[in-house]
Amino acid sequence: MSLELYITQQIINAISLGSLYALVAIGLSMIFGILRMTNFAHGDMMMVGAYSTLVLQSLGLDFGWAVVVGIGLGALAGVIVERVAYRPVRGAPEVTLLLTSLAVTYILENLGILIFTSSGRNFPIPDWMNSAFQLFDGQITFTQINLLTVALTAVALGALGWFVTRTDVGLGMRAAAEDMGAAHLVGLDVNRLIVAAFAIASGFAGLAGILWAAQAGVVEPTMGFTPLLKAFVGAIIGGFGSIAGALLGGYLLGALEVLIVAFLPSEVSPYRDAIVFALLIAFLLFRPNGLLKRVQEVKL
Amino acid sequence: MSRKQRFLIVVVGLALPALFSIWAPALMNDYLVRVVTVMCINALLVISMGLANGFTGVFSLGHVGFVAVGAYVSGVLSLSDANKASYLPDLPVWIAAIHLGFLPSTIVAGLVCVVLAFLVGAPLMRLSGHFVSVATLGFLIIVNVVLVNSDAYTRGARTFTGVPLQTTLPWAMAWLLLAVVTLARIIYSPKGRAWRAVREDTIAAQALGIDVLPTRLSAFVIGSFFAGVGGSLYGHYLGSFSPASFYFAYTFSLISMLVIGGMRSLTGAVVGVIVVSLLSELLRNLERGFDFGIVSVPPLYGGSQIVLGVIFILIMIFRPSGVMGDLELSLGRIAALLHRGRKETNT
Amino acid sequence: MATPERAPDALVGKQSAEPLLRVAELRVNYGAVAAIRGVSLKVTAGEVVALLGANGAGKSTLLRTVSGLTRPRAGRILLGGEAIHRLPPARIVRLGVAHCPEGRRVFGTLTVAENLRLGAAARVDRAGVAADRERIYAMFPILGERRTQPAGTLSGGEQQMLALGRALMARPRVLLLDEPSLGLAPLLVRQIFRTLAELKADGVTMLLVEQNINLALDLADRAYVLRTGEVSLAGSAVDLKADYEAVAAAYLGARP
Repeated sequence: MSLELYITQQIINAISLGSLYALVAIGLSMIFGILRMTNFAHGDMMMVGAYSTLVLQSLGLDFGWAVVVGIGLGALAGVIVERVAYRPVRGAPEVTLLLTSLAVTYILENLGILIFTSSGRNFPIPDWMNSAFQLFDGQITFTQINLLTVALTAVALGALGWFVTRTDVGLGMRAAAEDMGAAHLVGLDVNRLIVAAFAIASGFAGLAGILWAAQAGVVEPTMGFTPLLKAFVGAIIGGFGSIAGALLGGYLLGALEVLIVAFLPSEVSPYRDAIVFALLIAFLLFRPNGLLKRVQEVKL
Repeated sequence: MSRKQRFLIVVVGLALPALFSIWAPALMNDYLVRVVTVMCINALLVISMGLANGFTGVFSLGHVGFVAVGAYVSGVLSLSDANKASYLPDLPVWIAAIHLGFLPSTIVAGLVCVVLAFLVGAPLMRLSGHFVSVATLGFLIIVNVVLVNSDAYTRGARTFTGVPLQTTLPWAMAWLLLAVVTLARIIYSPKGRAWRAVREDTIAAQALGIDVLPTRLSAFVIGSFFAGVGGSLYGHYLGSFSPASFYFAYTFSLISMLVIGGMRSLTGAVVGVIVVSLLSELLRNLERGFDFGIVSVPPLYGGSQIVLGVIFILIMIFRPSGVMGDLELSLGRIAALLHRGRKETNT
Repeated sequence: MATPERAPDALVGKQSAEPLLRVAELRVNYGAVAAIRGVSLKVTAGEVVALLGANGAGKSTLLRTVSGLTRPRAGRILLGGEAIHRLPPARIVRLGVAHCPEGRRVFGTLTVAENLRLGAAARVDRAGVAADRERIYAMFPILGERRTQPAGTLSGGEQQMLALGRALMARPRVLLLDEPSLGLAPLLVRQIFRTLAELKADGVTMLLVEQNINLALDLADRAYVLRTGEVSLAGSAVDLKADYEAVAAAYLGARP
């Protein structure tokens, strides 16, 4: 196996994984940017999206439509959580918001266990999606799922970019993320903006969850947990609160993970997660604003 | 209140629970004794967690990481040689040679955590509140990953068994009382006032010349000592455990006890443990399904957790300072209550 | 809920005696501290009213309460007779109050054009918004030149113009101005106040908080002096300008 081909394969893997992290990280950053809260329950929107798609499919809905509605339900779940759990504590100290989101994720995951049991369920996808592409005698392989992941992510990002720069709601969100007080002053309906942010962020997470389940072949209630933490690291590395930062950070993290597994000795691989979080801590200490400058942190 | 009165109250306040813990097996059935023992351990962990959290404004999500370290360190040190040979054959010789009793292994566990807390805390306590939480979360995960992968020392993700069941109610109660007395002395001392100032307003505290970093670090380190101790107690209570026993579920459990009871006082922490433990027990019994008049509720496993989570959120919304709020069952208040009582009996 | 096209208040206001903006017995607390203790004032349509006073007297707090950013403890605020003191800020803007805040607070990462567009966030009449935008560019040509630049790259004076323009984009019935001269070089300050004078001539009603007493009294019709949350002196600008000592006393408290 030539080195160039190996590297190319890893790049493909990294992009595929990075796309998923980027989708989740963007949502996290959006919510932090506008509300200054770390939403630990964000990962569960992945679960909502995936399970919705699963259930809809089992009810007979075509896969494509199941995905679309699944994303919509993920978005709706985020909006409901914001309205019920976060809005009542808005303005409370950061700690309260953080703890509330912990409680929400606890509730959602247990709800998932209650409804679907804690063991994984098979996530069926249309046969054509499993077909693999083989290049160079099979030294480079990827499936339709990988292609779809990258394609859908690109579409989502493009749509987001258009939305944020060309629509009034998007403009309002950018303004509120920069200066909430001034946003109130110019008469923006901040509640509506926050709802929009949650809807988009959770929809993205739902999409990520569906793609993740498609890649893994299974859904289970705690599926969003580890990806959330990884996406979180990515968002911080890129610059927490910035969409561009989350995008960059998500892909960087995907690359990093693939790198660790592919190029470091196999004894190190199991410590992959530890390395990722050690990196997080390092960034928090030395470059808390991430690679792209964004939020100013008060550091002692 | 005179010194003598204060001393008396403290002695009585300590003696009663101590005696209770010794006589308990005679007074209650085995099941209840075990429940109370666990409550004591949880109370110990909650107040040590609350020390850093509630009093200095820094919320560490990594507390349970220290608990895990404490459990494993003390567990490894107190395994019998036979067990060590069969469960941990790859253990380095110099560790295998050590065999400690319950108290020594618990203390060692606490000290190991102290060292670890210094190493981890020194850089982390510099961060502002929000990011400390995230970083300590990272610590929790790193501990978990390391434990899972250190097969030679921990049996990895598999169950770690053979730990002698040495945690009795008197032991748990004794350590709890020690922690309460220690923390109470610290919190209500002049230095403790400084700590609370740090929580109220970091910038103002600095303006007054209170050095924030050593304050936070001290709270973090002391808290982690007791976390290690608690871990040892819990390990010697369970007898078998795995890294998953000390991960997110347990973290959330402790946090909910702290929050529901009240983050700002020692009594709050204890109240929280009692409330949540009782509630959990009650709800868990209901999980198996019950009849409510003509309505028959089917088994809802996991339902008890959901209810607890909802209560948590309701507290966050309506009473963020918890059941106890800012109140503390302080010596002053006890004296006032007694004084009032004495006055009434005299007339 | 479309905002109807409004006739310039100069025509409407000067014919009626009912004040456009009235503050009655207002009390505002920050926690336990009383920032405003029973302030009453009024602004009639087409008037410029100045709010003077030392730092911490409560001037900014008053403006923030009018805009709805702060809730009063007691008292009322009426806009055209309608009570607004319990409404959310967005609604108050839609009803016709624009606030040009202390320190400008333009959205630095957004362009000049986007900032102006946000000023009209509460409006739905697109044609009117476009027309107003051109009018702002005519009033402040430098903004027109820099319309695609991020607002953060503008100088202090230019940002002040942008903040003013942004507030005007709401086509407000009342314009609240908080320390427009703050941190600006004297030349720029005079330029800003020249612009304000032009606006006044156009009939814009203003409530102006300002540290620069002379400029404020030159522009204003009437003025109030606030001291520790209360009105310590009120009168026409002409009268106050003549009696400097009275104003100084009102600022600092009577001297024995």
